[in-house]
Amino acid sequence: MKIHKYDTVIVGAGGAGMRAAIEATKRSRTAVLTKLYPTRSHTGAAQGGMAAALANVEEDNWEWHTFDTVKGGDYLVDQDAAEILAKEAIDAVLDLEKMGLPFNRTPDGTIDQRRFGGHTRSHGEAPVRRACYAADRTGHMILQTLYQNCVKEGVEFFNEFYVLDQLIVEEDGVRKSAGVVAYELATGEIHVFQAKSVVYASGGTGKFFKVTSNAHTLTGDGQAACYRRGLPLEDMEFFQFHPTGIWRMGILLTEGARGEGGILRNKDGERFMEKYAPVMKDLASRDVVSRSIYTEIREGRGCGPEGDHVFLDLTHLPPEQLDAKLPDITEFARTYLGIEPYTDPIPIQPTAHYAMGGIPTNVKGEVLADNTTVVPGLYAAGEVACVSVHGANRLGTNSLLDINVFGKRAGIAAAEYSATADYVELPENPAELVASQVERLRESTGPERVADIRKELQETMDANVMVFRTEQTIKSAVEKIAELRDRYLRVSIQDKGKRFNTDLLEAIELGNLLDLAEVMAVSALARKESRGGHYREDFPNRDDVNFMRHTMAYREVTGEGPSAKDSVRLDYKPVVTTRYQPMERKY
Amino acid sequence: MATPVMDKAQATATADYITATFRIRRFNPEESDAVIWEDFQITIDPKERVLDALHKIKWDTDGTLTFRRSCAHGICGSDAMRINGRNRLACKTLIKDINPDKPITVEPIKGLTVLKDLVVDMEPFFQAFRDVMPFLVTEGNEPTRERLQSAEDRERFDDTTKCILCAACTSSCPVFWNDGQYFGPAAIVNAHRFIFDSRDEAGEQRLEILNDKDGVWRCRTTFNCTDACPRGIEVTKAIQEVKRALITRRF
Repeated sequence: MKIHKYDTVIVGAGGAGMRAAIEATKRSRTAVLTKLYPTRSHTGAAQGGMAAALANVEEDNWEWHTFDTVKGGDYLVDQDAAEILAKEAIDAVLDLEKMGLPFNRTPDGTIDQRRFGGHTRSHGEAPVRRACYAADRTGHMILQTLYQNCVKEGVEFFNEFYVLDQLIVEEDGVRKSAGVVAYELATGEIHVFQAKSVVYASGGTGKFFKVTSNAHTLTGDGQAACYRRGLPLEDMEFFQFHPTGIWRMGILLTEGARGEGGILRNKDGERFMEKYAPVMKDLASRDVVSRSIYTEIREGRGCGPEGDHVFLDLTHLPPEQLDAKLPDITEFARTYLGIEPYTDPIPIQPTAHYAMGGIPTNVKGEVLADNTTVVPGLYAAGEVACVSVHGANRLGTNSLLDINVFGKRAGIAAAEYSATADYVELPENPAELVASQVERLRESTGPERVADIRKELQETMDANVMVFRTEQTIKSAVEKIAELRDRYLRVSIQDKGKRFNTDLLEAIELGNLLDLAEVMAVSALARKESRGGHYREDFPNRDDVNFMRHTMAYREVTGEGPSAKDSVRLDYKPVVTTRYQPMERKY
Repeated sequence: MATPVMDKAQATATADYITATFRIRRFNPEESDAVIWEDFQITIDPKERVLDALHKIKWDTDGTLTFRRSCAHGICGSDAMRINGRNRLACKTLIKDINPDKPITVEPIKGLTVLKDLVVDMEPFFQAFRDVMPFLVTEGNEPTRERLQSAEDRERFDDTTKCILCAACTSSCPVFWNDGQYFGPAAIVNAHRFIFDSRDEAGEQRLEILNDKDGVWRCRTTFNCTDACPRGIEVTKAIQEVKRALITRRF
């Protein structure tokens, strides 16, 4: 075991982590721990754009953006946070441009902007051009630009260091962060990082679904580390299903394709979104479009011999426009489907895309231990966090924005805290939990296989807690997850070595996915209403009287030793409402 | 009723499955210093990716098989490897496109130290990247709003902004195989990205770095890098443009 000491430790090197690192490194001695290499993070897969009311191409302002964000989130958004997001968006985009990001340009040489789902002028009147973009690789350019600036600032990275535990120590009745414990993939060695402040920026948890746009590595590691140490997870039942994943594969095809004029069609060639969203049509918010697609499929208007998908039609757009604005996604269609998007429509289906919920924070990025109490020294930003600017459904282009605005805020806040705070003394045996977890998996001779349990988990999640949910389907997911968690105790791995043991890593990741799937299903079961990405067929309406509140899920442990049992305890937190009272949501 | 799932469609598709042999170069110094080639026979849909085949082997047969991967659709750059003797991303290569009638060989990219199976030491590669000042350098006060750039000026370096740092180009270069000191194509591509950016003011410094004995002049114009690039970047052309800029000092 090695012990390291830093002022600030950042967990994760995607957009939020690197944005935080650029700020924290200027202000404090900072280490960034990532289980990948920085440029491998899934920020790079984001395509369409980053929202900011620059008003470069038409009238726009941050107040309209705030409203769209609140409405898009089906009023579960904390409006103070949404206002910060929309206001600071403008500087966030300009910061990136000054760091070198090659945005597409208008004829005047300013940053070009395009339409995106749910972004409107004058509170829903018509679509507005608000998404700043770099072709259809905006996320790639953000990730590269942030990494380039990390090189410039001399940010210290620990690559392929996998954080497995969050150290929480109680001092004078206050739970504080003391640091993290990480596993070095190359050597199998365990490292303790003592730090005055820790920032989680470790991304989402989409790999508990089968059809997903998420990377294999998005396994909710940060959420799970905090949850296991008694910290709550907020709004985990809210997961976004992006309307246009490549059929069966789930690979993302940007909403920017519809922003550029692409149209969704059913087997009769009908532009079916006109029925469901008369004003915004194909650019309604993602939850609305995904439900509409599955309604078409269920009512027998799906395409293909199995009627199990619909088409994204780009054939009416000029090839030059596709080449200039959507080069990557048209290439995905050619590579993975053998389809030429100039002439043929692309088969698509909704794909599990984004966790609206996560580690609860306030607008400074400080992690909350309950509805109000801050955990000193602990921060989170990006998809791992829930601040909550996305509420029940995130708008497209607001995630690239979120990582930049709240990544920067968390990086500054953490470094400023490090400048004044003392180290919290490490617990007596800080690596104990991780060491025993690693040892148990290495030595287990149990009959269960990681791949089998993961496959069954993904199948039950797709079947039971996806776009449409009922009490019955969620209950069957809860039961299945309990069975899988029990079987996980008897899982064994084949690679017993220390060097680059990815077999072991996948087993640990599966443990995280199982814990978080349970939280998600239990949270979803209790929310007897439909709101944003959470749609209950048995409760098809939004219920503001009983459910205009955030879910807070805690891990409860009863008993001790081998007979100890854990379960999810639910509590609720009020929504911050400032300007906008809940209204019926129409697009 | 729950969300419709694709199981039925997938079940009908199994009729198209083929049996393919993957011949994988194995190396684990924790066990032995020997490098061996191991054959795995699997039944798989030929429309799936080589990465899917590697996962199938790892998940169903041999958990010790070790490789890097993340996004699985050609954007994160983790899984560059040598497949049938050519550098490719495993997640962007469909099995049907690489003659699955014969054994498909999979080995680590060349010129970087192999650490285990298909995993190589990426540190020298990233060091070369860091050495070319891969970030925008500007002088004077920052403008209040964005810097202006015409669409034409933006287009000038568009191609080299696509780089995902997968190392497929650098590790396909015979000069790099023979001399690891050479910056390699990827670092030059990333220097190009800034040298030809109208907003940047450190082009001269980057050119001097690349004028070094281990710089662009080592390039023998074999076009391996252009063939290897999974992003379709015209790598050799970019290197030629840097060479020309060194001679003319115009960029």
